[in-house]
Amino acid sequence: MSDDTPETSKPDPVEQPHPDEPTPMPQAKPKPRTPNLALRRLRTGFKPSRGQAIVAVVLALVACVAVVQVRVNRADDGYQNARREDLIAILDGLGQNTRRLESEIAELEERKNSLSSSADKAQTAREQAEAQVRTLGILAGTLPAQGPGVRITLNDPESKMTSSNLLDAIEELRDAGAEAIQINGAARVVASTDFVDDAPGIRIDGQKLNSPYVIEAIGESHNLAEAANFPGGLVSEVTGPQVGGTAEVTELPQVQITALHAPEEHRYARPAPSPTK
Amino acid sequence: MIAVLGLVIGVVIGLLVAPDVPEWAQPYLPIAVVAALDAVFGALRAFLDGIFDDKVFVVSFVSNVLIAALIVYLGDQLGVGSQLSTGVVVVLGIRIFTNMAAIRRHIFRA
Repeated sequence: MSDDTPETSKPDPVEQPHPDEPTPMPQAKPKPRTPNLALRRLRTGFKPSRGQAIVAVVLALVACVAVVQVRVNRADDGYQNARREDLIAILDGLGQNTRRLESEIAELEERKNSLSSSADKAQTAREQAEAQVRTLGILAGTLPAQGPGVRITLNDPESKMTSSNLLDAIEELRDAGAEAIQINGAARVVASTDFVDDAPGIRIDGQKLNSPYVIEAIGESHNLAEAANFPGGLVSEVTGPQVGGTAEVTELPQVQITALHAPEEHRYARPAPSPTK
Repeated sequence: MIAVLGLVIGVVIGLLVAPDVPEWAQPYLPIAVVAALDAVFGALRAFLDGIFDDKVFVVSFVSNVLIAALIVYLGDQLGVGSQLSTGVVVVLGIRIFTNMAAIRRHIFRA
C-alpha cells in the first residue's frame, strides 16, 4: 500500500482537482465543496470495524515490541553504539588490565607458595625438634620410657656389694645397648649418676638404696641378659664367694621405666656455638 | 478509536510485562520495529487515501517485518550485518518520511 506514490494514489472519484487546472492554486476551489476529505475519513474512521480491530492488534504489537526494545537498548552497556576506535581502546585497556592482574596473581601465587613451603619447613623443623626432645629426654632421664628389656634382681643378704659392682653392671648393660636404666624403681641412671658406698647399701645420686637391687634396663633383651650372664660378669660376680648373693635375670617383653632424673641447671658449662651453623 | 486504544494497550503491556528478549532475536528486533513503523505509516496514508484494506495491511506488515529481519540475518551471515541493517534503516526511514509527507499533505493540504 505504501508503495504507491502520493500522486498515483488518488482513486477517489469525489475529488477531481486535476483536470480542472494545473494552476498554482488547485486547492482553492474544491475546498468549500469537499472540505478535506482525508480529515473526514479520519473522523469517520474512528467507528469500530473489523479493520480497526486488526489495526489495533497490530499497533498494540508494534508498541509493545518498541517499548521492549527501548528498554533493552537502555539496559545495554553502551558498547553497542561505541565507535570502533573507542572499542579498540577499551579492549586494549582491558587487555592491559588483564595482563597486570595476571602478573599480580602470579606474584601472589609465588608468595603463597614460598610462605606455605616455609611454613612446611617450620613444621618439619618443629617435628624434628620434638622427636629430638623425646630422644634426648629418654637419654637424659627426664622422660619415662618403655620397651623390651631385662629385669635383674640382685639379692645381697650380707651387704657385700659395692658401688663398683653396681657400676660394672651398669657398664655391662650399656655396653650391650641398654638405652634406659633404673635401679629399684627410684634411681634413673643417666650420664651424671654417681654411685657411692654407704654400707649397708649403696647411695645412688644421693638416694640410699638397699638390697635387693632391681636393675631394669630397656634394650635388646637377649643381649642384655647375655651381658649379665657371661662368665666373670655381673651374675658370677654377685653369686661368687666375694659377695655370696643371688642374682636373677628375667627377659621381659615390656619394661616400664618410670623413675626420672631431675636435670640441674649447668652452672659452668654453656653451649658453644656449633661450627656447622 | 480502537486503533489508538490498541497502541496505548501495547505500550502499557510492554511497560508492565517487560519480557526478556531472547538472545537470538536481539539483533533483529530494532529493525523489525522500524519495518513495522513503516508499515503502520503506510497504512495510515492508505487510509487517508481511502484505499485502506485490512488484509493488505496485515500482509504488508508481516512481510515488512520478516523481510527486514531476513535481510539483517543474511547480512549477519555474510559478515556485513551492521552495514546491511544501516541500509535497511535508511530505506525504511526514507519510506516513513515519504509516507509522512503524503499524510501531511492530506491532512494539512500542505
